Amino acid sequence: MEKREFRVTAETGIHARPATLLVQAASKFNSEVSLQYQDKSVNLKSIMGVMSLGVGQNASITITTDGDDEADAMNAVAETLKKEGLSD
Amino acid sequence: MRTMLKGIAASDGMACGRVYRFVEPDLTIEKRSITNLDYELNRFHQALEAAVSEIETIKTRATKTLGADGAQVFSAHIAMLQDPEVIGAVEAQVTAEHVNAEFALANVAADYEQQLKGLDNNTYMQERTTDLHDVIKRVTAHLLGVKLPNLSLLTEPVVVVTHDLIPSDTVSVDAKYILAFVTDLGGRTSHSSILARSLNIPAVVGTQDATSQLADGATVIVNGTMGNVVNNPSQQEQAAAQQKMRERAANMRRLATLRHHTTTSKDGVGVMLAANMGTASDIPNVLKNGAEAVGLMRTEFLYMDSEQLPTEDEQFAIYKQVVQALAPRPVVIRTLDIGGDKPLPYLKQKPEANPFLGARAIRESLAHQNIFRSQLRALLRASAYGNLRIMFPMIATLDEFRQAKAIYDDERSKLTTEEVPLGKIAVGMMVEVPAAAMLADRFAQEVDFMSIGTNDLIGYTMAADRTNQDVAYLYQPYHPAILRLVDRIITAGHAAGIPVAMCGEMAGDPIAVPLLLGMGLDEFSMGAGAILKTRQLIGQLNAKDLQSLVETALNSASTSQEVITMVQAAVPGVLTQN
Repeated sequence: MEKREFRVTAETGIHARPATLLVQAASKFNSEVSLQYQDKSVNLKSIMGVMSLGVGQNASITITTDGDDEADAMNAVAETLKKEGLSD
Repeated sequence: MRTMLKGIAASDGMACGRVYRFVEPDLTIEKRSITNLDYELNRFHQALEAAVSEIETIKTRATKTLGADGAQVFSAHIAMLQDPEVIGAVEAQVTAEHVNAEFALANVAADYEQQLKGLDNNTYMQERTTDLHDVIKRVTAHLLGVKLPNLSLLTEPVVVVTHDLIPSDTVSVDAKYILAFVTDLGGRTSHSSILARSLNIPAVVGTQDATSQLADGATVIVNGTMGNVVNNPSQQEQAAAQQKMRERAANMRRLATLRHHTTTSKDGVGVMLAANMGTASDIPNVLKNGAEAVGLMRTEFLYMDSEQLPTEDEQFAIYKQVVQALAPRPVVIRTLDIGGDKPLPYLKQKPEANPFLGARAIRESLAHQNIFRSQLRALLRASAYGNLRIMFPMIATLDEFRQAKAIYDDERSKLTTEEVPLGKIAVGMMVEVPAAAMLADRFAQEVDFMSIGTNDLIGYTMAADRTNQDVAYLYQPYHPAILRLVDRIITAGHAAGIPVAMCGEMAGDPIAVPLLLGMGLDEFSMGAGAILKTRQLIGQLNAKDLQSLVETALNSASTSQEVITMVQAAVPGVLTQN
């Protein structure tokens, strides 16, 4: 299992466009991928789950990947976060 | 059986074709007990797949008209339909409670909606509630076996019959699949009519009951010049209509050759022909019709299409896109013109006894300065990317203009301090309140340009609401009282050395154009669809000869009809072509 923490830097938080891209990135892998924010954890392959968290700017989020391709999944998610200007 | 429906002639031309009813079907869901679970789950998955494939089609179309960014929302829609948690929850409920899929889907969607609604600080997520409704509706329609029409799914030319069109219905429409529009509601100035004219598609609006009278797939002839629709026409009528369509297409091709020409009268007087536009999706049509400028870009749709105020950045992106795409042409952007017939739900405006005489346009902007300032900042920032001009609507007094201008100057100097690159911007006003028209000479000393908004100027001068059918006859653009006001404004502008434009319906009206040319109007801004016809018309007119027509009309006409007769006598022939 891999676990990494990120801080959301984008002014608009994780809104529709980055949520879609994060879900698309996570869905490419077999591993379970989850996003934890405050006391809630959701499946990062579920756009409704991600959207229902309403992650705003400066939020601290934890991504967990668990499965045979967990390292690749973590890298793909981290890269999407960076590319979308969501985190450093 | 052959029948005829009457409505309002909203956009010229004739079209013959099959009816496509663009009407939301009944999507009422009933709870049913299920015995065959496999069958039900299979049905659910088929509906999901069908919905995804429709949204893919809509997305492809939207990418063409709106660009990849504009179509992005449909990727989110697809992701919603492939969401493993949503699918899992529906399957679990169907399996555990033996209920039908549409019922379980509605329950699951309601749960998510509840969660989204709880995020009250997160406006983006409330927008997603609308997206959720949209996709759930599409799947539900498949489960119920009814057609959920969408103009982006058209694959052959049809006559679109609908209750009324709103801008979001039409953003991703491919005009080549629409032969004509027929609507139950609306008048000549409603969105459906403006859109139809800008795309040069015949339209009849305000038929009251076209959606209940015309069946899907029935053959009809739409006459947008006369304002009627013939249901089940004879073979002979169809052949005649098709002949008219061919002639019209040939004329369109002739007009298209004028696309890259400037606009000059027969005796060499040059004027600017500009387009009115409402959203960035109008850009291709503005260019296609050879506009030399944009004389009016409305900004209301930006505010009305969403459930909360657009941010400064969202506005900046759109203004930038528009001025960049149209550069070096000047683009006049009008600050928010809400209130009256265009209320904003999230602003919680107080109900007014007389909205047209109430808190609207610049009055609202000055009362809600935070909204006004963010719009001005977005406009200022976009000015670095093209030839942008700003225009304030509904100015009645000089104080209002001075206040608005001071706020503009304030934001401008703040951005300069922040070292944001800015372009040169002309700041002008709309003249649409009779008080401003009477005092145009004073205003002309302080504004960079004036633009006559005829729709409201006529409404306020004649004291008649153009959307009220009972008094619509008072909407008389050629009435001598209106002509005298228009002439007064143009004369005042020229005396002060500033240009005068017109951005109402009247600017593209073949009876009014000779009068306006004779008065010396500098810029005519109209629905894009009227530009080439007007360019052709002006090319056949002698501006100098028209000055005596103007004098006679201003000094000795007493009624609108007298003016029409005078114009027809002075310019024989040119007004019968269409």
